[in-house]
Amino acid sequence: MQDAILDVKNLSIRYNGASEDAVRGVSFTLGRERLGIVGESGSGKSTVGRALLRLLPGARVTADRLRFEDVDLLDLSEREMLKVRGRRMSMILQDPKFSLNPIQRVGAQVAETYLRHFPANKAEARAKTLEMLAAVRIRDPERVHDLYPHEISGGMGQRVMIAMMLLADPDLVIADEPTSALDVTVRLQVLNILDGLVRDRGIGLIMISHDLNLVRNFCDRVLIMYAGRVVETLDARDMDAAEHPYTRGLLAAQPRIGGTRGPLAVLDRRPEWKEGSTP
Amino acid sequence: MSVRRTRLRGILGQITTIAVTLLGLLMLTFVIGRMMPADPVRAIVGEDATRETYEQVYLQLGLDRPLWEQFLRYLGDVLTGDFGNSIRTGKPVIEDILHVMPATVELATFAILIGAGLGIPLGVIAAVNKDRWPDHVVRVFSLFGHSMPIFWTGMIALIVFYAALGWVGGSGRMSQFYIGMVPTRSGFLLIDSALAGQWDVFRSAVNHLILPASLLGYSSSAYITRMTRSFMLDQLGQEYMTTARVKGLSKGQTIWRHAFGNIRVQLVTIVALAYGSLLEGAVLIETVFAWPGFGQYLTNNLIIGDMNAVMTCVLIVGVIFIGLNLLSDILYRLFDPRTK
Repeated sequence: MQDAILDVKNLSIRYNGASEDAVRGVSFTLGRERLGIVGESGSGKSTVGRALLRLLPGARVTADRLRFEDVDLLDLSEREMLKVRGRRMSMILQDPKFSLNPIQRVGAQVAETYLRHFPANKAEARAKTLEMLAAVRIRDPERVHDLYPHEISGGMGQRVMIAMMLLADPDLVIADEPTSALDVTVRLQVLNILDGLVRDRGIGLIMISHDLNLVRNFCDRVLIMYAGRVVETLDARDMDAAEHPYTRGLLAAQPRIGGTRGPLAVLDRRPEWKEGSTP
Repeated sequence: MSVRRTRLRGILGQITTIAVTLLGLLMLTFVIGRMMPADPVRAIVGEDATRETYEQVYLQLGLDRPLWEQFLRYLGDVLTGDFGNSIRTGKPVIEDILHVMPATVELATFAILIGAGLGIPLGVIAAVNKDRWPDHVVRVFSLFGHSMPIFWTGMIALIVFYAALGWVGGSGRMSQFYIGMVPTRSGFLLIDSALAGQWDVFRSAVNHLILPASLLGYSSSAYITRMTRSFMLDQLGQEYMTTARVKGLSKGQTIWRHAFGNIRVQLVTIVALAYGSLLEGAVLIETVFAWPGFGQYLTNNLIIGDMNAVMTCVLIVGVIFIGLNLLSDILYRLFDPRTK
């Protein structure tokens, strides 16, 4: 791919003290597109995201290639990494209840991203912050700017999170279960905001989720992970044509409105899939 | 309006709590005074007084009245600022205590500055480097401070730093030579000597203060270090720390800008309590260093059974702790937006 921003080949990750790799031989490339990574808990999807940001202390990361734009993430020094994080690659975390600092005003936390990466004074950072808060469709940015995290709702908290992570205009955003802590009613709203911003700014997005439906609606391509491996890669619109029995199992395990009322299919987990033998 | 009302109710509740605590404290000191085997009448009249003198004093003290009446009388006295006279010195107890208190406050304040100044950074270092060598070094260092008996370290330190090396002054608050040269205004020697422009005395006072304050500070830093480490470990695992790292902050920046703000409240509480126990009287260190402070005063009076003095001392210690608790409550509200 001509404008690949991320090129991962044969990525393996093992946590210290673990007897098995958490992620094994994962390869994919990413352009200015939206890539979904789907899998159940413990499949290694979040671990991949954190490895890209090099935020896995106490884990051994190996790969044949781990290239992000012009830099090799494998041998970048921590000092250089500080200029990548937040500025060129960022991550939206799951639950704003925990991912925002409880004793700092929302605006100050957002502005910190800007102040960290650009030579700006407080007033400029504040103006940028207010602009960004408006961009995530917060109606009264001036007021929200001075609130504390416990004074805003989950949906608004997640919009603040998006503002914080897109403020420095990164090229890649990893969204780690960005809506699973939110009420169903505001999920779509938050996703639409994220989606709009990502498209407008031409940002590459990796959406990590366990929600197959959500990913197929908001992503161009989907990686299905099982036990640390990618078992299948699909275009989102070809989801129904999935071949791997695990993917088919995931699809079959979803209830449908107007579908039969019988018991849902139970996921089959065969040990041989762990070794990556595709049927 | 309703916010103001809830706040007012909060303040009223706090005042009630303090009043009830104080009343309980007064009851306690009163009971201590009556239950102690020391005979207050005998302490005043002496061993060879006649029976008439004894009875006369017994009646004067109101000891024939029922206990509740005695307590009310004690309560009334205390509320009007009358804590009784010291048998030993004949002067009002409160005057004696005001005389010795500044020496202890001076010592305790320097000690807590050293203790917190040492303990907090060490605790943070230990937490950040959990289970690696800096953590082990810090733990051994603070365990040492915690478990060495302070009268022993006091003596050894005197031998080494005063007798052998001559780096610091010996016992007392200043050299014998300077005693009486500075007029007492606040009772705090450092302040008084500075006010009088007597810099020789000031230097001598610092010289004498530094060793006992360091030892006390070291021993209270052990506790502060341990608590800081565990508070910090709690915060380091929080999600908002990951957020800060994702934004591009270095590890050090996330610790001082984000995690530290979140442990401030807890730190204030434990440092206040540590300060309280230092004020209560570092009896042992005051004895070793012949420091004419509150701890020494309390011990001396306990030994001779001067109950008015002892009761008042206990009361003061209680009031100090109530005050520190109140202070940390107020700071809590200042530092944590969630409590508003």
